[in-house]
Parts: sequence; C-alpha cells; structure tokens
Amino acid sequence: MAKTTRREFMLGEGSGTGGGPQNVHIGVGPAHPAMHGIIRIVTELDGETIVNADVEIGYLHRAFEKDCEQGGWNNAIPYTDRLNYVSPLINNFGYASAVEKLLGIDVTERCKYIRVIMSEISRICDHLTCVGASSMELGAFTVFLYMIKAREFLWELVEDVTGARLTISYGRVGGVKADLPDGFAEKTLHAFKQTREVLDEVHRLLTGNRIFMDRMVGVGVLSREETIGYAITGPLLRAAGVGYDVRRAQPYYVYDRLTFEVPTQKDGDNYARYLVRMAEMEQSMRIAEQALASIPTGPINVDFEGRPIDPASYVDRGKQGKTEGLLLLPITLSPNLQGQQRDAARRVNVDDKRVVLPPKENAYGSIEGLMNHFMLIMEGYGIRPPVGEAYFPVEGANGELGFYVVSDGSDRPYRVRCRPPCLPPLAALHRMIVGEMVADLIPTFGSVNMIGGELDR
Amino acid sequence: MPILDELRRRFGDAIVETEDHRGDLTAIVARDALLGVLAHCRDEAALAFDVLMDLTAVDYQKFPGREDGPRFEVVYHLYSIARNHRLRLKVRVDEDDARVPSALGLWPIANWLEREVWDMFGVRFEGHPDLRRLLLYEEFIGHPLRKDYPINRRQPLIGPAS
Repeated sequence: MAKTTRREFMLGEGSGTGGGPQNVHIGVGPAHPAMHGIIRIVTELDGETIVNADVEIGYLHRAFEKDCEQGGWNNAIPYTDRLNYVSPLINNFGYASAVEKLLGIDVTERCKYIRVIMSEISRICDHLTCVGASSMELGAFTVFLYMIKAREFLWELVEDVTGARLTISYGRVGGVKADLPDGFAEKTLHAFKQTREVLDEVHRLLTGNRIFMDRMVGVGVLSREETIGYAITGPLLRAAGVGYDVRRAQPYYVYDRLTFEVPTQKDGDNYARYLVRMAEMEQSMRIAEQALASIPTGPINVDFEGRPIDPASYVDRGKQGKTEGLLLLPITLSPNLQGQQRDAARRVNVDDKRVVLPPKENAYGSIEGLMNHFMLIMEGYGIRPPVGEAYFPVEGANGELGFYVVSDGSDRPYRVRCRPPCLPPLAALHRMIVGEMVADLIPTFGSVNMIGGELDR
Repeated sequence: MPILDELRRRFGDAIVETEDHRGDLTAIVARDALLGVLAHCRDEAALAFDVLMDLTAVDYQKFPGREDGPRFEVVYHLYSIARNHRLRLKVRVDEDDARVPSALGLWPIANWLEREVWDMFGVRFEGHPDLRRLLLYEEFIGHPLRKDYPINRRQPLIGPAS
C-alpha cells in the first residue's frame, strides 16, 4: 500500500498532486455589480478561462403573456411598456400593430409618421444606454455620463409627447394617445443637435481608444452561421455581416418612403456591435428628421365657431340638455391633456368606432359619444377582433420584436406572444464566452444588451 | 401561395390544412412529418427558411368550438433572410399525448424556445437533451400558460433545504 505523504494528506486526493486540473465553479449574478440585469451565469473556470457556462434566466418573470389574457385588448398596452423599458414606445406600437393587423384596419398617415418618429427616438435611447452602460463596465465612466446626458435630452421629448418617461403607454390600438405637442419638431431637432455633439465626443473617446479596443476587438465573437442559427437579429446580426432589418426587409408604417442605411460590420465581435449601434443612432436621427419634415397635418376640423369653453361648463350644458351646437364647440383642455382634443384625436386615430375611444368632447357632449365610450370600456364589449391570428414584426432596438396574437372573437386576447429580441442572444451567450477569460464576460454581456423585462416577460 | 402549394405537393396528406390570413401563410403539419417539413423548409433552395424566428404554443382548451379537439398547437414562425418571406407551421397535439419532436438538430435556438414551451405549457419535446424549465424554477407546480391554470394560484414557498 502506497504511503500517503503528509502533503497529499493535507491537500486531499487530486489537488495539486498530479490528479489533473480541478475546475472552479463561479456563479456570476443574479445580482452582480458589473451586470445591469438580473441573470445568473454559472461558469466553470480553468484558471481564468471559461470552459463551460450555463445561463439561467427568469428572475424578472412576471407573467406578461398570462396577464394580457386577463383584460381587454387595450389593457395589455401598459404591460408592453415594461417589456423593453428602455425603448417602451416600440413595444407599444408593435403590439398595437399586431392587433390592427388582426382587425384589418390601417392607421392614419399622421399616426404612422408619429409612430416612426417616436420609435426612432426610442431606438436612440436604447443604443445610448447600451453603449454607455457597457463602456462604464470597462471603466469609461465619462462615456456613461455623457450618454445618459444625451438620453436625458431625448427622454424630455418623450415626456413632452407621452407625459411620462418610462411607463409611457402612448400607443393605442388604432392610433396613439395624443397628437404631438406644439413646437415638437424644433425641440427634436435641437435635441438631435445636442445628441450628435455627445456622439461625436464619445467617438473621440472610444473609437480607436487603446484600452477600449483591447477589451472589445475579437472578444465575444459569434460566427455568421451561428448568429443565424440562434435566430439573433438586430445589431448583433448586422455586426456579423447580415444586413437584415425589418424596417428595410418588410417595411411597415412609412419606412419605405424614408431614406436610411442599414449599417453592417463583418467581424461579429463586440467592437463591431459597438460600431453598428453608433452608426444606427445617426441613421435613426436621419429617419426622424425626414419624418418630421414630411409629416402630414391630416384632416383638421375647422367647421366650428365660437369661443372655446372649459370642460366643466361643457359637461353642465350637456347635463341640462343644452346640447345644440355643443359638438361643434372647441374645448379648452388642461395642458397635460394637450393633443387629445377632438381635432387632434381625429388626426392620429383611425375613424372606426369599433376600435377607438371617442374624444372626450363627444363622450361628455352627446349621447352617441357616451354610448360609444361605454361600448368600448364595459366588460364584455370593447374591441373585438374577428377570430384569427396574426404575427406582426417590428424592428426593436435589439432586433426583431414580434407579437403573435390569437383572437377567439371576444373582447379579451386569447393569446399574446411576444417574441423577445434579446432572448436569442442570451441563448447563445455561452457560445460567445466559452474559451475566453472571465473578464471578457463583462464586455460581451454588455454588447448583448440584455433587457430583463423583455427577456423574462 | 406558391410556398403552401409547394408544401402540399411535396408532403401530401402530412399537410393537414393551409391558410392565408391577413398575409400570414400558415400550414398545419402532422406531427410525424414535422421534422421532415422543417428540414425541407430550411434546406430547399426555393424556401431557404434559415431562421426559426419564434416557437411557441397555444392552448385551445377554452377556445369556442375547439374544446374537444386537440388541445395544443405548437407554432413555428420561420423567416428566410435570403428570400425575405415568412411561414407559420403548426402542429396539433392532444393533452394526454403532448409530445413533439425536437427541432434542436436544425436550429440551436430551439433549445431555449422548446424549454420555454415545456415550462409554460407542459408540451414535451422528444430528443431534447436538457428539457429544464426556462423562466420558472424547478419546484414550480403546473404550467402557467395553460388555460386551466388560474392566474391567482399560489405556489408553495421554496427555500434552502432544511
């Protein structure tokens, strides 16, 4: 019997005694300071090299799809805000468009332009957050602050239009909540000017920066074939050399009338993804500027006379039966309801009583309007798409965001499925990090731009 | 609809039903033929569906008129980058035989998408090497997107084993 040396006894069999390598298991997350999202990556390390990784998700699961089945079709809109909470407007419009496809209705021209403009502003916000946060994790804190400053300019625009910064609930089936506020175009162009200055500064700070390049170039590579096999879309696919963009391939709204490029890179590494996102922000601003220049004013109701009256006396007169001429009177709404006046509502919503709530003037000023309002709001009524199903893809900030809706003909969705654009990259994350150093996990995870709300639904 | 015609011609009875609703092409496929149809869609040059865009399921238990029929439909959304077209394939399965062959050999993304369908609907994917829950935890009882799962059901608390 071989004699156990004291050293072997102390260290245990196999450890450092020629028993072969012993890999260490390290769990990164679910709450880790260098990860902006709740996710757990169980890594197996040989020294500092990742030899195996298992990604666990679901920490932010809140039954989005089940919740959507519980209320009316429009009740799902606030839930979609919380999918990708950095660019919630795109989710709103994607869901609304899927239901509109099911209903077979087409929104007004002005509404299409508004959706394009707001989607592009959201896309810039999303890319700013992604690039800013992932550079911060590499130590470039200044970039993060600059980018968040730029996002602030854009979020102010979003706040002007929707009344909120994050939980905007601005989309509606058949239109949007309110028209654009006065002076929106000028504010947007000014915000874009400031954003361009920030992007220019960031380019000078990062693009070509030795430290940044060392951490990004050649790291987190995913081949073109694997990117497609994992159904990855958006900036990650375009960084791998495939110019697929829903806005270009299958244009929706008015994207086919606007001039823009689909930036691509060919290396498929983190640096390529960074370059694609930086280029896309410029293209998004280009799209929004063109859309602002060509947005139609739409039919504006001009056939009223008399001075505007305030809502309270409007309602009083309605109650007393003095409704003659009331429907033609303009009404002074409080500033936070700006854009929801009758004429504005007509510009941005389809003219379909089965789908769109009547403007408040009509709901309070006429029995027809009130009945119309109730028929859409009451339990068991509401929007009732015909039996059938539809899938509508839009280009989200992270790739193809698809909504698959099934209707059984009732006032509630039978099934709402969201195809989350950041689930495929997370499914492929282990392919990007295995074989690399554990420190490379951080830039790769940043470039994937995981959004927990959308990933876990 | 050349795509649906082509599928019908090639697979005959295995294509149970086809539909063109609001521009979305749909084919309902017999379960035994599913992998063959999926592989054909991916590899045939005229179809070239190289992306499995989405994989999900629908529980038809409470759908008016379909309470008695096959309970689940597993839904595949395919997209072709080269040809720029889409196709929806569906497989109907019964509750007591909720099994579908796994498409993992064709597209690696099927791994997570099938785990999610198993998690949410309890449909098994045969040949999947690692069919764990994806979004929920292993101790979760039931499959929440089934129509007979009440939204307010409480799950037993779990914690470290004592």
